Amino acid sequence: MSLLRLDDVAVVREGKTLLSLPRFEVEEGEILAVLGPTGAGKSTLLRILHFLERPAAGTLSWRGERVPWPAPLPLRRKISMAFQDPLLLSGTTTENVAYGLEVRGENGRGSRERVEAALRLFHVDHLAARSTRNLSGGEAQRTALARAFVLSPDLLLLDEPFAALDAPIRKHLLQELKQAVRAHGITCVYVTHEQGEAFSIADRIAVLRRGELLQAGPPEDVLRRPHSRAVARFMQTGNILPGVVSRRTEAISEVTVGPRLLFSRAGFPEGTPVHTCVRREEVLVEAPGEASPAPGLNRFPGTVEAVVDLGSTMQVRIDAGFPGLPLQSLVTRRVAHDLSLRPGGEVFATFSAASVHLIRREGSEIDDDLGNHDNL
Amino acid sequence: MVGLLDSVTALLPMQGELAGIVLLSLFVSGAAMAVSMLIGVPAGIFLGLHRFPGRSFLVTLVNTGMGLPPVVVGLGVFLLLARSGPLGGLDLLYTPAAMVLAQVVIATPLVVGITLAAIQGLDERLHLQILSLGASRGQLYLRLVKEARLSLVAALAAGFGSIISEVGAVMMVGGNIKGQTRVMTTAIVLQTRQGEFGNAVALGTILLGLALAINWLFTWVQQRQRA
Repeated sequence: MSLLRLDDVAVVREGKTLLSLPRFEVEEGEILAVLGPTGAGKSTLLRILHFLERPAAGTLSWRGERVPWPAPLPLRRKISMAFQDPLLLSGTTTENVAYGLEVRGENGRGSRERVEAALRLFHVDHLAARSTRNLSGGEAQRTALARAFVLSPDLLLLDEPFAALDAPIRKHLLQELKQAVRAHGITCVYVTHEQGEAFSIADRIAVLRRGELLQAGPPEDVLRRPHSRAVARFMQTGNILPGVVSRRTEAISEVTVGPRLLFSRAGFPEGTPVHTCVRREEVLVEAPGEASPAPGLNRFPGTVEAVVDLGSTMQVRIDAGFPGLPLQSLVTRRVAHDLSLRPGGEVFATFSAASVHLIRREGSEIDDDLGNHDNL
Repeated sequence: MVGLLDSVTALLPMQGELAGIVLLSLFVSGAAMAVSMLIGVPAGIFLGLHRFPGRSFLVTLVNTGMGLPPVVVGLGVFLLLARSGPLGGLDLLYTPAAMVLAQVVIATPLVVGITLAAIQGLDERLHLQILSLGASRGQLYLRLVKEARLSLVAALAAGFGSIISEVGAVMMVGGNIKGQTRVMTTAIVLQTRQGEFGNAVALGTILLGLALAINWLFTWVQQRQRA
């Protein structure tokens, strides 16, 4: 049974539908990352999950029981939330962390010990007596997390809690948070627009776009087997080529993409219009004549159009004969150096049939931008 | 300076009455302020937090109320409490209670307006954060008062300053009856009309001194909270 379930929930504000979810579930004990671009409705979803906003339509069920509106205070108190900004109250770090217990009438020794434990857990115990006005961004965010965590909620909601922090601190805090959530068996919904964060913390990922749930499932599925072109683009697949399944054998589908033929392990009937998705990190770049073709291996000669330095990796755009759709590849700096990759260079782009994921192409499909970052 | 001293000396014979006037002024304005805060702070928080049909109209009403001429308020309360008025049966006209009522009408919009601005000045997600930590509606309001306390002290100071120094409303509904409804402002008007300028100046000085002392107190509280 799910911990919290939404059925046919819609949120409408000033005539605009901000959220429309036929079904959305949070499973007991999981860390669910809600991933989506700005304006996807992620924060609205959290307010609904926390019973802080009444949906225009639909029902919410907590452990199978329908939640009335307004939600009873004892039920609301089973959930706590930390926002993108720490939103600390005036007073000291300890007073902030103790606030949730205080409003529950828990002021005894036990609650003091819980506060101290939470302060230690998030490494702000040395700041216990400090005014919140004198905390750094990282310290304030740790305090906000300790404040939400100390309540031992059944459901912890986190709205991009590290967005304002520098990358190294963010990574560190994320791992600490994950450990703490796991250790205490807390169900957690973690909202973010950062894929890296979602993948490093989540058991399941839900992709939200313009208030609609596009896909929910294990991270591997969302990454490698997107259900729609929009998800594929948001997950920075890199290569999404329109084609038609031209032949189908038991193990392999052949897909015609322009003048090219691609092999895929995915099974679709012949004549099915599809989007052919190949993750850019799975496209290998090789020197011409380096490797011999193997059965089911996609290997295309091409010309390097552009090389973009992304820091730890390089993104290479190759004209491999797909009209108007150059192949994208992500290579290490070492590979780029060894192959002397530069515009105009001749290369081979190679990827296995298992790397080719097919999505059925709907006639009415709109090419929508979901915050795509895969173009050079 | 010598003239002022002469004026204060001139007040000495009426020092018994003077104490009564000062105390009544403080009582009327203090009670009015307390009632205004009790009504105005929750109303300001409510208006600051919630969106509902008619809210803009209410906010406009509050903003207009912040500049209400005391004499118009006095007239309104007078008509309300007059023998033939809707509340005539209460027999409150020309009593300190009527003066408190008039000053409540003057101060409340100020308190609501300043509280509203204070709440809107807080991060709009703060109330969601407080609720998300398990606060009830009442606990939320109390906490917001605490978070906006610097501005609320300003509301208190502004409200008190406006009513302790007004004369039109208390004159109309209090009647400036010696020993019963005479406060500092009405006494100043009377002394001036009678040509007792020394007494009027001395009373004015006391009023100013009181206003200064009370504002100093509010400022001290405010700055102490800030520190």
